[in-house]
Amino acid sequence: MLTLKQSRRLQSVVVGTLSWAVALLIFFPIFWMILTSFKTEMDAIATPPQLFFAPTLENYLHINERSDYFSFAWNSVLISFSATVLSMLIAVPAAYSMAFHESRHTKRTLLWMLSTKMLPPVGVLMPIYLLCKSMGLLDSRIALIVIYTLINLPIVVWMVYTYFKDIPVDILEAARLDGATTFQEIGRVLLPIARGGLASTMLLSLILCWNEAFWSLNLTSSAAAPLTALVASYSSPEGLFWAKLSAVSTLACAPILIFGWISQKQLVRGLSFGAVK
Amino acid sequence: MADLSIRNLQKGFDGHAIIQGIDLDVRDREFVVFVGPSGCGKSTLLRLIAGLEEVTSGTISLDGKDITDLAPAKRDLAMVFQTYALYPHMTVRKNLSFALDLARVDKATVKAKVDNAARILELERLLERKPKQLSGGQRQRVAIGRAIVRNPKIFLFDEPLSNLDAALRVQTRLELARLHKELKATMIYVTHDQVEAMTLADKVVVLNGGRVEQVGSPLDLYNHPANLFVAGFLGTPKMGFLRGTVGAVDGSSCEVQLEAGAKLTLPRQACGQKAGASVTLGVRPEHFNIVPAGEGQLQVVADVSERLGSDTYCHVRTANGEQLTIRVRGDFGPAYGQPLELAFDTAHCHLFDAAGVAIDKRSAAEQAA
Amino acid sequence: MNSSALDTVAGTPAAAPRAKPRTLKPGWFLVSPSVALLLLWMIVPLGMTVYFSLIRYNLLSPGENEFVGLENFEFFVTDPGFMPGALHTLTLVGSVLAISVIFGVLISALLEACEFWGRGIVRVLLISPFFIMPTVSALLWKNLIFHPVSGILAAIWRFFGAQPVDWLAHHPLMSIIFIVSWQWLPFAILILMTAMQSLDQDQKEAARLDGAGPIAIFWHLTLPHLARPIAVVVMIETIFLLSVFAEIFTTTSGGPGYESTNLAYLIYNQALLQFDVGMASAGGLIAVLIANIAAIILVRMIGKNLTDQQ
Repeated sequence: MLTLKQSRRLQSVVVGTLSWAVALLIFFPIFWMILTSFKTEMDAIATPPQLFFAPTLENYLHINERSDYFSFAWNSVLISFSATVLSMLIAVPAAYSMAFHESRHTKRTLLWMLSTKMLPPVGVLMPIYLLCKSMGLLDSRIALIVIYTLINLPIVVWMVYTYFKDIPVDILEAARLDGATTFQEIGRVLLPIARGGLASTMLLSLILCWNEAFWSLNLTSSAAAPLTALVASYSSPEGLFWAKLSAVSTLACAPILIFGWISQKQLVRGLSFGAVK
Repeated sequence: MADLSIRNLQKGFDGHAIIQGIDLDVRDREFVVFVGPSGCGKSTLLRLIAGLEEVTSGTISLDGKDITDLAPAKRDLAMVFQTYALYPHMTVRKNLSFALDLARVDKATVKAKVDNAARILELERLLERKPKQLSGGQRQRVAIGRAIVRNPKIFLFDEPLSNLDAALRVQTRLELARLHKELKATMIYVTHDQVEAMTLADKVVVLNGGRVEQVGSPLDLYNHPANLFVAGFLGTPKMGFLRGTVGAVDGSSCEVQLEAGAKLTLPRQACGQKAGASVTLGVRPEHFNIVPAGEGQLQVVADVSERLGSDTYCHVRTANGEQLTIRVRGDFGPAYGQPLELAFDTAHCHLFDAAGVAIDKRSAAEQAA
Repeated sequence: MNSSALDTVAGTPAAAPRAKPRTLKPGWFLVSPSVALLLLWMIVPLGMTVYFSLIRYNLLSPGENEFVGLENFEFFVTDPGFMPGALHTLTLVGSVLAISVIFGVLISALLEACEFWGRGIVRVLLISPFFIMPTVSALLWKNLIFHPVSGILAAIWRFFGAQPVDWLAHHPLMSIIFIVSWQWLPFAILILMTAMQSLDQDQKEAARLDGAGPIAIFWHLTLPHLARPIAVVVMIETIFLLSVFAEIFTTTSGGPGYESTNLAYLIYNQALLQFDVGMASAGGLIAVLIANIAAIILVRMIGKNLTDQQ
């Protein structure tokens, strides 16, 4: 018979080993991608795959030569940040109103907003494509910014609403009694208190914009194309430079991956619409 | 000056009437306590006064000026919330000065007022801390300080002590009473705790189901409850009630036959009840005496007793199953199931008619005075 | 939405005619920008889609935009790609949901079973795929994992003396389900793990004192506690899975044949490769219809769960 302490320790070892195995398995593709990005093209396609090799930085050094990496990256940054800021500007007043001045339409409005998210993009691909075409907005950053703002708006409203709901309404009432106008109430009391939640909402919006790949592939070709489009262009047959592809991919994903790691805990609360504490 | 007057105030919410027509006056420098069971509308009434809820109909005026539809900030009132509602992202100093900063009061005045409030409440050493770093009692004091700084016409308190532990509650209660005297302030205070109501108030307003049951000084309410609700709500342990019917009535007394068995003659100048009418007799625990067998009017059986040291609360049952509590000396403790005999202090008994309204024992002359 | 003057006038017609300056609540105008924008976003393109779907409209043959009724729908539905497309869409959504919920529950239960060395790092490793952009993960799997010559799987197959498989050519839909699951399983783990941490420890201890073993606790306490988070996972993932596109675009291009085509890709194919706007619009509407059926079912199932919080 094992003592209670021994059986606890055994359990911990078994659970730990299993968990590590699962985690390494799931993380393996990313690990392999990063590894490949430091290989020469010869090592990258070697059979069997090489775990040990002479690492090289040449892929990273040559990224900008093959494709104008920095212009794509700049597009990604610009589009993601603009769309995020824009959707926050629109969503915060709406979430404030719904969280603290609830009316009998509030819940329906919220659910309706979420339901617009169910509209598959393909359903409106043609009109948006033609509208952009007729307005000369094909391959323009503005079109993507507007579209990303709109497609993320429901989720952003929901998340901000969820975070606002956590703030005791008393504090806002106290501010109102202290003489704050609606504007001051939001700006000087609500937003500073909710800044953690707002930050993680913005983060999620950034992640979604950064990784969006339907509209960016369909509406841009080069000038306004973000990193998703750049990476996709490697799927064409002439792009069989795996090491370079891995380097580009690593660079394209690294910022968001790091953001995500840092903020994973805060993301959950908003993402689950308050269903998880 | 701070005279608040409320006329026929009503508040409905989704077709529910929460406040059903309240008339009330609060005089300058008065400490008024709204008390009642949960859901009686006391908090709603306070929030209507504060302007945090919209009035459905009726008016609220302050010093003769109609403030019914005024924005909360323009009413010159300050409120202390049950949860304190401190701004978590600001230091204590910023919390105290926020209202003044919004009103663009000059810096020197703000500093003077904040320092003064901090001195009154002994918050000086905490001014640079954030609310998170304060204890419950300290947060409570900051919340009060926030109200003091604004020098409002009326202070509103929404159950301010309910989040404190018992010892701190007693201490803060005393501080509030002292503050009221020192600041010469007008205060409206909401609580469900009748001890707070009795100890703090100049005037108690007992609310029930969105209506005012009775308004008066604490002792007035204690000694002359207007109806069964007030009689049962104020006082610990609760007043005991015995059902009965009116017997013979004459000009100075009235006879009551209790279902529990006893027959009492109560001094009543104007009873106004016909013989045979059903009434309820109310007796506070201190107005019973336990007497040797044969000397009392009512036979009861002892239930459990609570011995507090100074007093003993004996819970007893009458022959027809009615429950009473009797307050006796601390050294007395009857055994469970022991038969006891009670005598009534008939001068202090309350009588209520079938509708629950008190049949006043005072003479018309006494009432006028 | 709040307290518009109209509301009150209509609501209390006989109320005392006090002129009420509505100073107490900020107006509905705070919500309306979002509502208006989303309404526009829904109505304008959708209206245009409806219109396009009823006319003949091909960018290659301009000028012949006559009304054709439901012809486009008929063509789209009878297109050899439609049935596989619709079926693959449902298979994809269903399989990925099943995989991410089942494995999500198991893996998060494993991680929350007890404290062990490096749990923080394990958690970070597990959720990483969620942050990888779809085009990257598709190419990563296509070239580095699934590749029949130099992919990892090929190497493993050879190690065991088996013939390497060309996954994307021979099992295209399964491969795509695998890729998409890899992206979305972390999301389920992230949500479910956090949900498990909020399970009342007292409840667990009470159950243990009542003689419940780990399996009984998992079955009778943990799973019921997870009902809501699972609903959330299903809802969010469905939204995104119904329109999986980049993963197909970058790996199989829907092929071979229609074997890995879903509706999103089929419509893209009609619209931007064959320039048939009319038919693409009809297809878009059918996709919207399918999505709405799913949405209605989901909102019925869990919409209440989401708004009735606390």
